Amino acid sequence: MSVNQSTFHTALLDPAQPVPDGLFDAETRPAGRRFSVYRNNVAVSLTEATHQAFPIITKLLGPKNMDGLAGLFLRRHPPSSPLMMFYGEEFPQFLANMEQLSHLGYLPDVARLELALRRSYHAADSTGIDPQALAIEPETLMAATVEFAPAMEMLRSPWPVHAIWRFNTEADAPAPQPQAQDILITRPEFDPIPHLLPPGGADWIAALQAGQTIGTAHETALAANPDFDLGATLALLLQGGAITTLNTERLDR
Amino acid sequence: MLDNSLRSNRLPSAAGVGYKPQHFAQILEDAAPVGWLEIHAENYMGDGGRPLAQLRHLSEQFPISVHGVGLSIGGEMPLDADHLARLKHLVGWLNPASFSEHLAWSTHDSHFLNDLLPLPYTDATLARICDHIDQVQEVLGRSMLLENPSSYLAFAESTWSEPNFLRELARRTGCGLLLDVNNVFVSATNLDFSPQEYIDAYPLEKVGEIHLGGHDEDEDDHGHPLLIDSHGREVVDPVWALLDYVLERSGPKPVLVEWDTDVPDWPVLQAEAARAHAALERIPA
Repeated sequence: MSVNQSTFHTALLDPAQPVPDGLFDAETRPAGRRFSVYRNNVAVSLTEATHQAFPIITKLLGPKNMDGLAGLFLRRHPPSSPLMMFYGEEFPQFLANMEQLSHLGYLPDVARLELALRRSYHAADSTGIDPQALAIEPETLMAATVEFAPAMEMLRSPWPVHAIWRFNTEADAPAPQPQAQDILITRPEFDPIPHLLPPGGADWIAALQAGQTIGTAHETALAANPDFDLGATLALLLQGGAITTLNTERLDR
Repeated sequence: MLDNSLRSNRLPSAAGVGYKPQHFAQILEDAAPVGWLEIHAENYMGDGGRPLAQLRHLSEQFPISVHGVGLSIGGEMPLDADHLARLKHLVGWLNPASFSEHLAWSTHDSHFLNDLLPLPYTDATLARICDHIDQVQEVLGRSMLLENPSSYLAFAESTWSEPNFLRELARRTGCGLLLDVNNVFVSATNLDFSPQEYIDAYPLEKVGEIHLGGHDEDEDDHGHPLLIDSHGREVVDPVWALLDYVLERSGPKPVLVEWDTDVPDWPVLQAEAARAHAALERIPA
């Protein structure tokens, strides 16, 4: 009697399956509860990983509910790599698909924010440009493109995700009000910081990410939002060290 | 078989601890008698940020052992080439004093199960694991250490004893061994064998590192004691006694205390390391 890893794996993730034959105690009695040690190790370690990965979701739903969700999630989406730092990529969509949670429509975006914070934390180091580098001819500046830090992340949401984040991490934060919010995450050194982007800021950054010049991206952002204030968004990027390169070669020719 | 020109494992025969980021500042201030640190490879496979910055800083002051928990060396499927490449990158960047992994599997059908799962000791698994160790040593360009598991059950199909299985693996691949004394004690209790007889049969000359850790106590369906390797508390006295038994026969070795869940404040872990240090001091030179 041999137990292959496929059989072991299936029985491990599904407690309704019988313990595979061919596994014994010292007196060759069936392993029974001894097999449950492995089942338990897998379930408990992945449940803890879900709690650690999504502390705000855990706080919003309560640890008991989170245990239940993590148990369903780990069976539907076992980790696809040994890098537990990135565990839970499918969790936002998993939450979105849970009918029982449909009255909490903001949960998936809060989970996306927590994933983005973790990606930022582990992203490659980089050095932001000196703001003085922007003190050039306005025409040259408007024709320039930029490159962003690997640790920079952006999230656009129809929900007040930044307010929800503050309300659950800061002592005296105001209660979230219904509104759409865009978030910029910068990592000046080691700790990612979520900033609320002003109107049009996310349109401008998205256009820059797509390779548009600063000037063209400005027009794109104004078209999307007439109140767009380039200075305020630029200041957030510069303070967070999020712009790593200013490419001005287009006019150098 | 390993090329003799490859780098060997050179941890100091001193007490070490499993590194936890919450102890960073205190380790830099007051580490003694801790002489080296071990990290879990997978926690340092991000691209940057605080984890790698801390590790770089620590590696300037302490010999580092890189301990993998996710390679699934005992897996029935081929090793994950992406993961092996990540390991090569980490080991190349850090140039640690040692690299070790487990006699276990953890990945199947591209699912990583986040636990060290057991293997039958047969000729077929022996051949497969030898191939995987050869591949790891070739890719990393260095020899590795392989750790004995904690066992909660036995496979009917096994034809090798664990010490002989490990001895043969080391002979065929040239790898060294990581002897986890707590795992021996846990397996011996769970499967009714003598831990001293296990040590007597075990190839101590291959040991490049020793592990110690705490375990939990439970029972199986028949009321038989079932110890669980949890790494969440102090090392128990019978395991310290088994360490003495090993060191009397092996001579000085690098001895590591692991504490991975319910991680205590630094002085508690430091006191455990001091006990390991005292055990090393007791060995006649």
